[in-house]
Amino acid sequence: MQNYIWAVPLLPLLGFVINGALSLFGAVHLGPADPSLPHEAREVALDHDPAEHGAPTRPRFYTAVTIIGCLVVALAFALGVAIFVEMVQSGQTQPFVQTYFPWMPVGDLQINAALQVDQLSILMVLVITGIGTLIHIFSVGYMGDDPGYARYFAYLNLFVFFMLVLVLGANYPILFVGWEGVGLCSYLLIGFWFSETVNADAGKKAFIVNRIGDYGLLMAMFLMFANFKTLDYTGVTAAAGNLTAGGPLATTICLFLFLACTGKSAQIPLYVWLPDAMAGPTPVSALIHAATMVTAGVYLVVRSAALFALSPVAGLTICVVGAATALLAATIALKQWDIKKVLAYSTVSQLGFMFVAVGCGGYVAGMFHLVTHAFFKALLFLGAGSVIYALHAAYHETHNHADAQDMRNMGGLRHYMPWTWILMWIATLAISGIPLFAGFFSKDEVMGTLFDRAQDSTLRDAHWLGIPGGLLLYTLYGIMLFAAFLTAIYMTRMMLYTFHGPNRSGDDERPLLREAPWIMTGPLVVLGVLSATGGFLNLPPFFPLFGAPINLLKNWLDPVVGPAIIRTTHGVAVETDPTLGVTLGVIAGSIGVLGILLAVIRIKTTEVGNAVPEPAIERVLEHRYYVDELYDRIFVRPLVALSRTVLWKGVDGMIDGAVNAVAWLGRAVSRAGAAIQSGQVGTYAWVLVLGVLAVLGAFSLFLYA
Amino acid sequence: MLPESIAISAVLFAIGVVGVLTRRNAIIVFMCVELMLNAVNLTFVAFARVYGFAGQVFVVLVMTVAAAEAAVGLAIVIANFRHRHTVDLQAIDLLKG
Repeated sequence: MQNYIWAVPLLPLLGFVINGALSLFGAVHLGPADPSLPHEAREVALDHDPAEHGAPTRPRFYTAVTIIGCLVVALAFALGVAIFVEMVQSGQTQPFVQTYFPWMPVGDLQINAALQVDQLSILMVLVITGIGTLIHIFSVGYMGDDPGYARYFAYLNLFVFFMLVLVLGANYPILFVGWEGVGLCSYLLIGFWFSETVNADAGKKAFIVNRIGDYGLLMAMFLMFANFKTLDYTGVTAAAGNLTAGGPLATTICLFLFLACTGKSAQIPLYVWLPDAMAGPTPVSALIHAATMVTAGVYLVVRSAALFALSPVAGLTICVVGAATALLAATIALKQWDIKKVLAYSTVSQLGFMFVAVGCGGYVAGMFHLVTHAFFKALLFLGAGSVIYALHAAYHETHNHADAQDMRNMGGLRHYMPWTWILMWIATLAISGIPLFAGFFSKDEVMGTLFDRAQDSTLRDAHWLGIPGGLLLYTLYGIMLFAAFLTAIYMTRMMLYTFHGPNRSGDDERPLLREAPWIMTGPLVVLGVLSATGGFLNLPPFFPLFGAPINLLKNWLDPVVGPAIIRTTHGVAVETDPTLGVTLGVIAGSIGVLGILLAVIRIKTTEVGNAVPEPAIERVLEHRYYVDELYDRIFVRPLVALSRTVLWKGVDGMIDGAVNAVAWLGRAVSRAGAAIQSGQVGTYAWVLVLGVLAVLGAFSLFLYA
Repeated sequence: MLPESIAISAVLFAIGVVGVLTRRNAIIVFMCVELMLNAVNLTFVAFARVYGFAGQVFVVLVMTVAAAEAAVGLAIVIANFRHRHTVDLQAIDLLKG
């Protein structure tokens, strides 16, 4: 089955080609249906007639696009499952690498178009195509009335293709192709409704901020090639084995790789694009900006585990940045009113958790949290999508221009959308780390790994800016606990304002609120089940739940990351002390419960909208610490000013001057030449005679003298 | 005989050159060109007495060419006069760059 791995990415590409063609074909304007209608009548027919709301007009090729768009991803998922099952049965430990053709054979540089199937990449394939399928199905309902329906599905298919290339590539350049490709799709989908400047700007922001990260990835690749003479994963892993641990080369490469991660995975200092990326359609936020693309950075670190295991300093840097991001984003999420912004900052915060895990060498914990986070965050986003859909439909019908994403316009929705309500609570309990839900186990594993590494590991023995690693890791553990506590608070706050208390959407709209159609709630139910039971993927040994097998994910990923983990822990496989494990689990669980209780007690949903003067700290949080403004002042404006003055007026002036001087010279020479040709026969005769005299004179002088 | 003939033809040639260079009337310039040609003819004839009759053959050739040239050249001058009502060479400068 592994021989068919090429079909996994190519199926979504096929979907992109067909849907893209349908989109172009469907965009051809055929004119009004009945040209004989008087102009006014046509206007009315095009306008949103309240009587027409019963039967919304479907975009062109609706059925074909729906079937192709969803089917290609579902088929890729089925193929992925088949390969996965085969791998489970065969129990292979070596990666399966299939080379298709040499891509860049340049001197020493031999880069092949090759795909690699191993435990890590197939896990990512399952997450991407599995959740991708659910989100494609959800989109059928969510985007059903959009004129750009075919274009949307074309982009979404293209995204799945590039994401699969990213995780399946057998070397860094192939990964980079996928890395850039998903960035492109992210840009296209954030600015999907590009007719509004805000959305187009958000897309540009994401694209430009990610360029900074790409610089890091390129530098890391150059360094790897210069020192290892190969960019294949297998080659780099082998070469890393010969490298001295803690050396400057490993640290530099790792830090450059992490710079790439801060861009793609929205970590400090490059996280600012992700909240703005919420300008795209909500299923896009769920798929790209929560479940898959933004976790590419985590995948990159795990993929390069052999290198990161060599550099405790880089690992500590990742931990510090991850923890800082987790805390910063969690505090910002406390005061956001846009439901998608809350979830966006929550995503940034949870990505911080993943990076803390992979930074301290807990590659399994990081991947575990990646998978469970994909479940519950996709559910939360899709649930928010359902809410926005319901509210938008109601506002649309009453021609109200209120913001369908503002939680101040929601409230009490549990009476109107019971399914969404229950499912989003499941996801909230999961992300808050309430015991038995998926997030509890993964977050507990992240925290447990951090604690373990603080006790004994190469990281503990290293120093980071003069701070002993052990002390730093214990501090980070405390910070992460606080971030987890905040997570429970802001998620509960979001749920309370959205689904509980009195309804604030308006008297006219209230009767129009209803649950989304089944094609949208269906995927939510599946994700709800996964969010509730995802923890079984990797039960800790001291928590055998219903006799289910333990450490599934740990054993599964062991061939890929096992050696790197062992290297971090001084060559011994660390088994967490059961007492300590249970204690940490109880702490993590009670933190979540405490957070939810505190939020329920303190938040008064009836007091929304009252113009109460807010304390300064809350205003700072609501304005996201003014980081965007700060970046604008420090980077954007000086850069624009510099471009205006030095580049435009200065450098551009010099280049223009040089070009113009060449043109001027040519013109001057031709003018002088033209002046000689006066058209006066007399002048010509004079020149002729003078010339003859000169020649004769020269002859007389030199020949006869 | 020979030096005298050469001297006369040199004087004739110089008169022709000066006429071509200084006069503005196309007809006179034309006549001066003819004068130059005939100065050369005189040289040919003079040398033919010493070196054999090849020079005389050349003279016939030059006269033939001069006749053809006169026909064409005068036709051009007349055609130009019909259009521009002038035979002043300084006014005829359509081919200037």
